[in-house]
Amino acid sequence: MPTVKFTKALKRFFPQLKDTSAEGNTLVEILHEIEVHYPGMCSYVLDEQGSLRKHVNIFIDGSIINDRTKLTDSFSEHSEIYIIQALSGG
Amino acid sequence: MKPTLLLGTRKGFISYHFNNGKWQMENLSFDGVPVSIAYADSRNGTWWACLDHGHWGVKLHRSNDRGATWEEVEAPKYPEGEEVKDGMPAVTRYMWAMAHGGINFSSRLWIGTDPGGLFMSEDAGNSFQLVESLWKHPTRKTGWFGGGRDLPGIHSILVDPRDEDHIYIGISCAGVFETVDAGKTWEIRNKGLRADFLPDPYAELGHDPHIVVAAPSNPDAMWQQNHCGIFRTTDGAKNWQYVGQTGGPAHFGFAIAVAEDNPEQAWVAPANSDEKRIAVKGSLFICRTDDGGKSWKELRNGLPQENCFDIVYRHALATSGDAVVFGTTTGNLFLSNDRGNNWQVLNNYLPMIHSVQFAD
Repeated sequence: MPTVKFTKALKRFFPQLKDTSAEGNTLVEILHEIEVHYPGMCSYVLDEQGSLRKHVNIFIDGSIINDRTKLTDSFSEHSEIYIIQALSGG
Repeated sequence: MKPTLLLGTRKGFISYHFNNGKWQMENLSFDGVPVSIAYADSRNGTWWACLDHGHWGVKLHRSNDRGATWEEVEAPKYPEGEEVKDGMPAVTRYMWAMAHGGINFSSRLWIGTDPGGLFMSEDAGNSFQLVESLWKHPTRKTGWFGGGRDLPGIHSILVDPRDEDHIYIGISCAGVFETVDAGKTWEIRNKGLRADFLPDPYAELGHDPHIVVAAPSNPDAMWQQNHCGIFRTTDGAKNWQYVGQTGGPAHFGFAIAVAEDNPEQAWVAPANSDEKRIAVKGSLFICRTDDGGKSWKELRNGLPQENCFDIVYRHALATSGDAVVFGTTTGNLFLSNDRGNNWQVLNNYLPMIHSVQFAD
């Protein structure tokens, strides 16, 4: 089961946030399971049309995903999926 | 004068309260987060924070205890498959206006957004629905465009207190739209406006009303600080007249406020030109008209008169009774107790101020 890790910036909104194992065959399924653990999380990471928000990145096993629109990048059972924010602004 | 000031700033939601003859900061919430609009619903005292997280999208929160605690509610969302234009999915990029629906519709709220959708709630803000008739207006995809923001946005929502299904909205860039049936049908109300930046300045669409306000004492008397000057109507936006100073300072700017008790009295915060967008000749002042825009006075007492760069954003000038307040792009907050004749500093060290509202 892949493990989802989060930037600590998200702890401000989800104080209970920790590394979470999630079942699913696609990134979308994984995120929907994360939503069950942390209601509202999807709206922080994805826009209402399902695309990754502009200043959010997802890494799978150290590589940034390619498909920010439909989230079709593949992963394995032992993958580490890391959700981070871009570093920008001031 | 109402005793509370709500500020939406680039680094948080801030309230001030007037107590024992002094304005003091009462609450800071969402510190570090850009707040596009800080709004108090005068019907029930609920405070609303329209947030614009750089990373996590727009978020909507409300408080029933003057900011001590907040509850996140779902921000307006565009239905699946909606597009700004062909091939560009519609997502809420910014909440740019908020208004309650009136005393006869106690659960109704309106929110205007970039990229041009108007949203309505009929359940006190627990959920918002896109106003389809406006979104599907035949002019939207081809006749609206960005101004102030990259995509079209609704920054003004005026609910007529005499008939709360009668509403005007201001769109940059498209202009003023009116509905008399709570948003089922819409009429374009740009007659008399002049858009110097268009090939045809008198086109029906494409105008840039930076902000539109109505006089509380006569809702048919409306004002707008337009990109191309100051305009006024006395017949409910059927006809607009230019009332700024051609060649004078009361022309370009973003904000306008109208007196609660006098539809002829209004304030604007002049800025130096579309091209520069800085204070006029390095000095800060407000202009007031007492005669419906026939003449304008420059009000400078107590305001810095050199080395200023401040301008005033469209939602950052407000009035209540004899009080007038404005917040600036460089974080200065000024208040007058005598309709602008004299000003005092409330703070010189705030973040960029997006919105200012008087509240109970």
